[in-house]
Amino acid sequence: MEQRSNAFIELASEAIAEPEKAIYRSALGAAMPPLRNTAVAQFGGDEAFDALRRNVRERRRHSTAHLGYYLEQFVARARENGNTVHFARSGSELNDHVLAICHAAKVQRVIKGKSMVTEETGLNQALADAGLNVRETDLGEYIIQEAGETPSHIVGPALHKTPDDIRQLFFERHDLGDRDLDRPEDMVAEARAVLRQEFLAADAGIIGSNGLIASTGHTMLVTNEGNGDLCVNLPRVLIICTTIDRVFPRPEDAMAMLRLLVRSTTGQPVTSYTSFYQGPRRGDDEDGPLETHLVLLDNGRSELLQGPYEEMLQCLRCGACLNHCPVYMNAGGHAYGWVYPGPMGSVLTPLLTSLETSAPLPDACTGCGRCAEVCPALIPLPDLIRDLRAEKHARGVTARRWRLGMALHAWLARHPRLYQHTTAIGIWLLRRMAGRRGVLKRLPLAGGWLKSRDLPVPPESSFLASHRERLS
Amino acid sequence: MTDSTDNNLAARPAPSAVFGSTPEPTPEKGPEVALFVTCLADLMRPSVARASLELLEAAGCTVTIPAHQSCCGQPGYNSGDYAGAMAIARQVIETFEPYPYTVLPSGSCAGMLVEHYPRLFDGEWRERATRFAARVHELTSFLSDVCDYQPPATGSGAVAYHDSCAGLRELSVRDQPRSLLRHAGVEVRELKQSEVCCGFGGTFCAKMPDLSAAMADEKLKDLADSGADTLVGGDLGCLLALAGRARRRDLPLHFRHVAEVLVQDADTPPIGESPTS
Repeated sequence: MEQRSNAFIELASEAIAEPEKAIYRSALGAAMPPLRNTAVAQFGGDEAFDALRRNVRERRRHSTAHLGYYLEQFVARARENGNTVHFARSGSELNDHVLAICHAAKVQRVIKGKSMVTEETGLNQALADAGLNVRETDLGEYIIQEAGETPSHIVGPALHKTPDDIRQLFFERHDLGDRDLDRPEDMVAEARAVLRQEFLAADAGIIGSNGLIASTGHTMLVTNEGNGDLCVNLPRVLIICTTIDRVFPRPEDAMAMLRLLVRSTTGQPVTSYTSFYQGPRRGDDEDGPLETHLVLLDNGRSELLQGPYEEMLQCLRCGACLNHCPVYMNAGGHAYGWVYPGPMGSVLTPLLTSLETSAPLPDACTGCGRCAEVCPALIPLPDLIRDLRAEKHARGVTARRWRLGMALHAWLARHPRLYQHTTAIGIWLLRRMAGRRGVLKRLPLAGGWLKSRDLPVPPESSFLASHRERLS
Repeated sequence: MTDSTDNNLAARPAPSAVFGSTPEPTPEKGPEVALFVTCLADLMRPSVARASLELLEAAGCTVTIPAHQSCCGQPGYNSGDYAGAMAIARQVIETFEPYPYTVLPSGSCAGMLVEHYPRLFDGEWRERATRFAARVHELTSFLSDVCDYQPPATGSGAVAYHDSCAGLRELSVRDQPRSLLRHAGVEVRELKQSEVCCGFGGTFCAKMPDLSAAMADEKLKDLADSGADTLVGGDLGCLLALAGRARRRDLPLHFRHVAEVLVQDADTPPIGESPTS
């Protein structure tokens, strides 16, 4: 996928400037957290949920620490189950594998379940370029595919679209005759009717995975719409595209993770469908795919092992950090300019692409800490985001004037007498410029602050200057 | 000596010898406190520092104000200048660690000392920073939790309270300022989205002004909806940024630090307002 992360500030400003969309996002921002909080309360409260979070973190740390071992075990079991396993170091390698599989099996029509991994590799475009017909079947993905857009949220890809947007889109794209689409149910039924034909006509299904079970070779998928199971069971070829960091040692480890994932994502105790896929149709099976392929993508993830950002490999892709992030809710997901938005995206994007091509993302955070509070994987997102800023600073990605400003500030702060003299001059200047007003509206070098707010004017004398007799 | 196994700490006479524990204030002699004024209170709002001093003394503390103080290092730290932040942190620790308690009228500055100074270091300095952190408090939680202070009930009116993120999440400051305000006779209204950031975020508001303003506007709407026209909080960063936004939009809303309200400072106009406005 083409990256526009360096345009974050401009893209966010454009998003804010659309009042209707901004109000819609703000309503979403207020609606999502209570879902998660209710689910946590029903689970037994924060303490019980924390205990489970810590438990799952240990399981995940164990599987990450022994990733090579469990990956090897998974691949051996998956092959025993009749799957063909492919490894892809980069996104284009994954696309090449999928194209080769489709070519060999004479696949023309492809249906897909929701997969952020294939968004990362730009698979749909690669398939379309090769002349294949690709249809997204997750309702949200279907909507944005019809609109020619990219996901704005890792769980709800079309969350940026209002019901009116979707109604309008369906009127443009579908032959609806004199039918109307007044209610959301009507729109769902319309998409369902279109998709049913696509399911039946497809040669291959492509899905992602929420977990790879090393001890059994199964892959796990959770959905609410059941489209994943149709992608798996109706076409003759199944291709599962996922990443190497999804491995769990045993089924019970994946199940423990599920209890966190779904509550954190939608506030449900469990999704409508939780499926485990073993392999191709066997001798006396009546249905199922005839051939199954697993494509395991690395794309920079193995480089995170044992490094300062290793914890990011434990991300469950639940979207809770997005749902609780005021920056995400105001900027919208597209502003982040790549596949993964919000706090997890602000960490993952620089790591999987580069800091140079996503320089504003680590700054797109007020450090409010709400994401870390709700993260089911207990990833210290604000700390990782700040560490990326430190890397920007050290590598000179941060603008020179900011680095010099910070160096000057740190030096002055360590020389309090000089600091007090310097700031006294600053106060005198500010007060002269402000005149009799309580605030300043214009000021050199303070363009950022003054673009959207006035600057309250400091009083004549600082506290320390006016209390010298009290100081020790 | 290891901090956790020494059972005789409470019996030790000199509080300054106590590291990593919280000495009980004795009735005959109140806690000895060093006031870290914080740069924003010092320069932008001295009334907050005056009120903090007054409150601590009213709570029976013996207050020292070290002259050798400036900024806690947050701007550099949050901009990724860890080396600069470490240098500042060492100096703050050296200045303030002789005192039994260090109190700051700011959740984010206190959070910097408590949560982030230890994170900056390894080895000996990390231990030193951790021992120091145990004796650092945000003003309202110190007045409530350590001093058990109850202000005289001579206040009036209704305000809404703004939980700044660092105080709320790093230091669990939530009930203490509300309880102090209620004791002072001030009605406290709750914002609907009290756990959502106001968009200040230190350098964030200068680097991403449109986003910051959008977040501030949601907070200001929440304030207006609460029926109170004054927002009270424990962090000048948030309050200056919100007041600046409200002035830019000409909104009839007022902003004050909780310490000013608790001492009923009527002489100082609300933040961003001139005495005549």
